Amino acid sequence: MPRRLLRDRQIVIDEWLYVAEAAADASAPLIMTFDQWQLEPDTWTGRGSPLGVVLSPAHHVERLAPDLKYFSLIAAEFSGPGEGRGYTQALLLRERWNFKGELRATGYVRRDQLFFMARCGFNSFELPEPDLESAYTAFSTFSAAYQPSNDSGLAVKLRRDIPASA
Amino acid sequence: MYRYDLTDRTLVQERVAQFRDQTRRFLAGSLSEDEFRHLRLRNGLYIQRHAPMLRVAIPYGLLSATQLRTLASIARRYDRGYGHFTTRQNIQYNWPQLETVPDILAELAEVEMHAIQTSGNCIRNITSDHLAGVTPHELEDPRPWCEIIRQWSSFHPEFTYLPRKFKIAVTGAPQDRAASLVHDVGVHIVRGPNGEPGFEILAGGGLGRTPIIGQVVREFLPREHLLTYLTAILRIYNLEGRRDNLTKARIKILVRSLGIEEFRRRVEAEWELLRDLGPRVDDAQIARMRGFFNPPAYLKLPNCEPDLGKETAFRAWYRYNTAAHKVPGYRAVFVSLKKPDMPPGDATDSQMELIADLADRHSFGEVRVTHTQNLLLADVEQRKTYELWQTLASAGLATPNIGTLTDMICCPGLDFCSLANAGSIDVAKLINERFDDYDYIYDLGEIDVKMSGCMNACGHHHVGNIGILGVDKGGEEWYQITIGGAAGADASLGSVIGPSVAKTQVPETIARLLDVYVEQRQPEERFLDTVRRLGVKPFKERVYAAPIAA
Repeated sequence: MPRRLLRDRQIVIDEWLYVAEAAADASAPLIMTFDQWQLEPDTWTGRGSPLGVVLSPAHHVERLAPDLKYFSLIAAEFSGPGEGRGYTQALLLRERWNFKGELRATGYVRRDQLFFMARCGFNSFELPEPDLESAYTAFSTFSAAYQPSNDSGLAVKLRRDIPASA
Repeated sequence: MYRYDLTDRTLVQERVAQFRDQTRRFLAGSLSEDEFRHLRLRNGLYIQRHAPMLRVAIPYGLLSATQLRTLASIARRYDRGYGHFTTRQNIQYNWPQLETVPDILAELAEVEMHAIQTSGNCIRNITSDHLAGVTPHELEDPRPWCEIIRQWSSFHPEFTYLPRKFKIAVTGAPQDRAASLVHDVGVHIVRGPNGEPGFEILAGGGLGRTPIIGQVVREFLPREHLLTYLTAILRIYNLEGRRDNLTKARIKILVRSLGIEEFRRRVEAEWELLRDLGPRVDDAQIARMRGFFNPPAYLKLPNCEPDLGKETAFRAWYRYNTAAHKVPGYRAVFVSLKKPDMPPGDATDSQMELIADLADRHSFGEVRVTHTQNLLLADVEQRKTYELWQTLASAGLATPNIGTLTDMICCPGLDFCSLANAGSIDVAKLINERFDDYDYIYDLGEIDVKMSGCMNACGHHHVGNIGILGVDKGGEEWYQITIGGAAGADASLGSVIGPSVAKTQVPETIARLLDVYVEQRQPEERFLDTVRRLGVKPFKERVYAAPIAA
């Protein structure tokens, strides 16, 4: 059954396949682990399809930086509800390495995390089916934010134009 | 004090709506226990021994009288008529029903309060000096900076799922009344080589299972860079802090394992890369924030000590429960929450309401929570202290013991907390029963006793002049005693005196420690100084020389 996910706030059928899923379709856009990529980069690039890579939580984004040009998708894996490294990974990819492709949250991803994930730069989310339909509301959990970030004009400055007594 | 604008108000209301929805989904079965745990913890809600415990944030310990009345009202209607003030200047309710928590949060939002990030592995309430803005010799009022950090750290998208909790304390005076050296990050307001304003930044302090004193990461940080520097520290911690072992996940373990030099090198390298991206705190922002903490409309008064001849009890209270104020004619007045028959740090709903009224009448409508679990009216006219004392005394709030043996810091212990190994409230009671002679207590002078019911150290026992740690020994409650700890600018960790003692032996053990002090002290020497001069040995020998009846 094809995977559905939330991308750019729309529920879509995922056209990407992970390496383990890809046997039947040699031309599909393909997501591999960083280890798989490093073993035989030429084989993957020779395939001619768009490429994506999954980062484990412990992965240093800097190690991927020289190869970023090969990827149109990067997925950060969340190992459980307390996992927090993916937020920094996403932020560094967008802010420091200027990655413009699809940034996907995979693994333990639930609607209650989406607001923060989106603010760090994720734009696609592999959510469990029950969460998919209701998840879009999570992006509007808060209508403002104290920190500057990647996603939108949410950030308010520490100095605000409203008088102190308001 | 800081007042919410439309943005703050909206965010807090949106948080209430979010939590209401999460609670609804949990009760409806669409969120598992574990999933809900991660969500509720970020909103101060623990599941405790008897009922949920809700921790409400009191940013840097500052409350308006209106807010305190709301806390009282919540205590009366949703709890059992009291609340517990904590060492991080917050308040805890021990008996709310889970279903009612969204309603409590909604009521708090009405008075610009919340429970955001009061637990969970995120940046917690920013704590500070309870005498901020009124103490003489202060370099700068730290509270505008606390509020700047509070806003920046609220719902921080990158740092909401840290390896472990993260506590920041800010101080602006030479005396450290915020225990900043045992915080994950300590921010000290200092002046640079040419008198320019900025901060000394410490990291890696903490109590708990592995107590460590914080170390200096940067001796001087120009003030506009505060938030980017904190970002660098937190980013290194978020990426490198251990997540495989809960007891090794605090930043102190990372700093210790890397060494302070390597930790500093990584932080500085990261900071170089991000500092120009901001957020930079500019002068206009600082000025706006300072505007919220302007001094109140003090009267021009002569510096006049009240007529201390009146009553011995008043004289003792004035000496111990009031502190110097930078404005002539004013005192800062402690409201002792250490009445011998009350659990340390607890206040009833009617006491809170009375204190709120007294704040309106005597202290410009503001109340502060101290990290030693007392309350403070910071701006009281000296000439009104007698009148204030009478009212406080009639409500059991004038126990004249601030800074003395019975001004104990104490965690909720086995009576409430599901982590505790042993009781602490009942030990405080035994100590109070044994030491009820105020002449003796005053003769002992400045001494702090800190007690935790387990090694998580919520009662800061490691940094007590006398520390008491509850341990479980074959299902029985025992207590390990340390001496020589201190939490101030000269912070140190206490040393264990020897084998742990039974609950009923704790008061006699303390009595023997105090005997050694009284016999050996030099003029003007505090208990802590005597321990530092003599070492643990004479104290240990006395305690264990003869058996103590259990």
